[in-house]
Amino acid sequence: MNRAIRFSLNGQPVTLNADDDRTLLWILRSELGLTGTKYGCGEGICGACTVIVGDKAMRSCKTSLRHIEGKEVMTIEGLARDNKLHPLQQSFIDHGALQCGYCTSGMILDAYAFLHKNPRPSHDAIVSHMERNLCRCGAHLRIIEAVAAASRQMSGQS
Amino acid sequence: MSASTGMTRRDFLKLAGGGIVVFVGLGVMPSTGKAEKLLYPEDFNAYLLIGTNGRVTVYSGKIEMGQGVLTSQAQMVAEELGVQLSAIDMVLGDTDKCPWDMGTFGSLTTRMFGPSLRAAAAKAREVIILQAAKKLGVPGENLIVQNGFVIVKDNPNKKVSFGEISKGAKITQVLDQRAVLRAAADFSVIGTSPKRLDALEKVTGAAKYTADIRLPGMLYARILRPPMHGAKLTQVDTADAEKQAGVTVVKQGDLIAVLHADPEAADLARTRIKADWQLPETKLEPDNIFEHLVSQASPLKSVSQQGDLLAAHVGAARLFKSTFYKGYVAHTPLEPHAALAEVSDDKATVWASTQTPFPTRDRVATLLGLDTKNVRVITPFLGGGFGGKSADGQVVEVVHLAKITKKPVQVAWSRSEEFFYDTFDPASVVKIESAVDRDGKISLWDYAVYAAGERGAASLYNVQNARIQSARGVSYGPAVKASLHPFAVGPWRAPGANMNVFAAESQIDIMASSAGEDPLAFRLRNLAEPRMRRVLQAAADAFGWQAAVAPSKRGFGIACSADAGTCVATIAEVKVDPENGIIKVIRIVCAQDMGIVVNPEGAKMQVEGGITMGLGYTLAEELRFLGGEILDRNFDTYEIPHFSWVPRIEVVLVKNDDLAPQGGGEPSITTTGAVIANAVFDATGVRMYRLPMTAERVREAFVKLKAA
Repeated sequence: MNRAIRFSLNGQPVTLNADDDRTLLWILRSELGLTGTKYGCGEGICGACTVIVGDKAMRSCKTSLRHIEGKEVMTIEGLARDNKLHPLQQSFIDHGALQCGYCTSGMILDAYAFLHKNPRPSHDAIVSHMERNLCRCGAHLRIIEAVAAASRQMSGQS
Repeated sequence: MSASTGMTRRDFLKLAGGGIVVFVGLGVMPSTGKAEKLLYPEDFNAYLLIGTNGRVTVYSGKIEMGQGVLTSQAQMVAEELGVQLSAIDMVLGDTDKCPWDMGTFGSLTTRMFGPSLRAAAAKAREVIILQAAKKLGVPGENLIVQNGFVIVKDNPNKKVSFGEISKGAKITQVLDQRAVLRAAADFSVIGTSPKRLDALEKVTGAAKYTADIRLPGMLYARILRPPMHGAKLTQVDTADAEKQAGVTVVKQGDLIAVLHADPEAADLARTRIKADWQLPETKLEPDNIFEHLVSQASPLKSVSQQGDLLAAHVGAARLFKSTFYKGYVAHTPLEPHAALAEVSDDKATVWASTQTPFPTRDRVATLLGLDTKNVRVITPFLGGGFGGKSADGQVVEVVHLAKITKKPVQVAWSRSEEFFYDTFDPASVVKIESAVDRDGKISLWDYAVYAAGERGAASLYNVQNARIQSARGVSYGPAVKASLHPFAVGPWRAPGANMNVFAAESQIDIMASSAGEDPLAFRLRNLAEPRMRRVLQAAADAFGWQAAVAPSKRGFGIACSADAGTCVATIAEVKVDPENGIIKVIRIVCAQDMGIVVNPEGAKMQVEGGITMGLGYTLAEELRFLGGEILDRNFDTYEIPHFSWVPRIEVVLVKNDDLAPQGGGEPSITTTGAVIANAVFDATGVRMYRLPMTAERVREAFVKLKAA
């Protein structure tokens, strides 16, 4: 149904006149010009399109506008605040936790929501949570290290 | 005017607003040799420009797909030129700006293009010193270059910056002779591990990939796809799609497409096309493909032969005859193929997710009937390539659609299309007959590979009587010898070598075990190559290898390989669950001699990435198909390595500064299949002859072993 849909995007209010069935991923990438959110599989399997809705990581390729109405949406472009990188972003750089970079937005945002709920996860907990995100370059070990280091920093351990 | 870009050297400098430019030479490259001359023909584009602001712009026809060459190329220039990394801007894969390049594959960037780039930077440094000497009134030999300044040796306060030297300068220098490169002992940038220069863009979402590029008025295209390869379109009805608001329908031969300014609307329009197809008869599937390959491939051709095979056969105390198999494997870069094109009557600009921007440019020029100088291909970041992004199927589609609609058009494949149109790593078969004499020396090695190609087939070992044969028949691509494979095949990270090393290094292990010898000792006894011996020893030391005859029940395996000029040895520890057949890789140690290492952390990332990706073809990845019908169309049924699969990986870079930098993107992946197969044998006594070693196949092998 075509109607006005309001939500917050990276801290800014947004009103779209659109069909509420439309998919968040494509709205972000085409209408709103935020291309940091990637298409990888279109079926919610790979995690490249992950965004934060409220405090949850959601697969934007399987999320319609209806599901985000009145909610706060954050994409990778909204993670750094006041030109300061989020500790996860800095940690991914420091640990070389990316190669082609195509899965990186999703990896970082999925880890962001995970650490929000589990501030000091064990190594095994990180592995088992990140399991649902796919990386083809083989940066897995460094991604795990990067998430672990960021969690230590965010919880004031290092 | 140059044939390649229409730009003269003077134009280039004018555009740059002055400065110092080093151009590509007249066919004579610093790493002289016939092959290089062919790889890098005459070209009027530049390697680098020192701008009047002191910044250095480096032009390279290579592309960044995750392998880190944006950073390593900048390091090479910083080293030779004497500037900080932060003063360098990289321009990659733009055919209007960068020197001609064959493509980014084969782990060639550092070992083949690297020497030219370093020489260009060294040449620029000579020019800079010459100019500084004039400016400062000091002889060149009394000057040193540091961090973008030329400094008087015994009076460091007297100096001039690159920017000041370039100001007002209009100097073009052609790279036409061997420039003096810095010695390894003097390196201050090469051999260090600065953070990736693309990391900041990639963690903030700012990095642009092809599908992220937007042009005003662009349309998103969705193309009608056949249900299987070889299907013929018999009838199509686009009436319903045409009724949808804003849809443009294109029908030209077999190219049936709908285009819309909104990608989801284009998706919807495609579902409204009705089509009938005539499907070919087929019986090929993953379990009968091997017989088909052996019987239908072109006749075996000799790759190399030495000694007396017949006598070695007759005299052999014991012959080892084995056949090895591997299925089709997909590339599945996380970024599917994408392209964006703007085409007018006399000009085309194409942004493409491709490993081969210059061949792509030539292909587009031919398709559109344009001169190559009027076609520009721009390559943004690639979200992975692995050899799978050189066939350009999406580019062919996009330029046709942009020409027909006269609008900018994006073609971005869905994951399903990505699987369907992948140029798969071919299924393949290797047959080996070998023998060992009483002294534990390999006395016979008779090797035949079907469909994989010869890379990695050459024996590493000293064998007097040896023959390598190959039945290719698989020129890469769908058009050539289409009957051999039911769909397109092509290069896949270290093409052919994964299969060849799996087969050869498994066979070595079979012989070592039968001879009652430790697999490391057996290899060392038969290896003459000092670099290979050294990496084997380095891997063994790092692992803490203790000699034992396999199967020792410890689950330790070893394998080595020579690929892309690099020697690599890998040791693995695995656990195999005898009930469910699941292989768990616990630990991997990989030692590699790749000559001078430009960026050690970057090199380690490539080794880790290769091994991790290799777990896929080793343990799980095998395309399911029925003739030309691709049954795996997404990651739900085609499983690539997950976080929980990845073992501890330790990388040892064996120092060898006497050797120029060698390849790093591919060598490690070539050992993964063999090292895990050998570790599985050591753990269980079960020899796996087919990749991938799925749990089901391991269970079957257990049953067979018990019955025997």
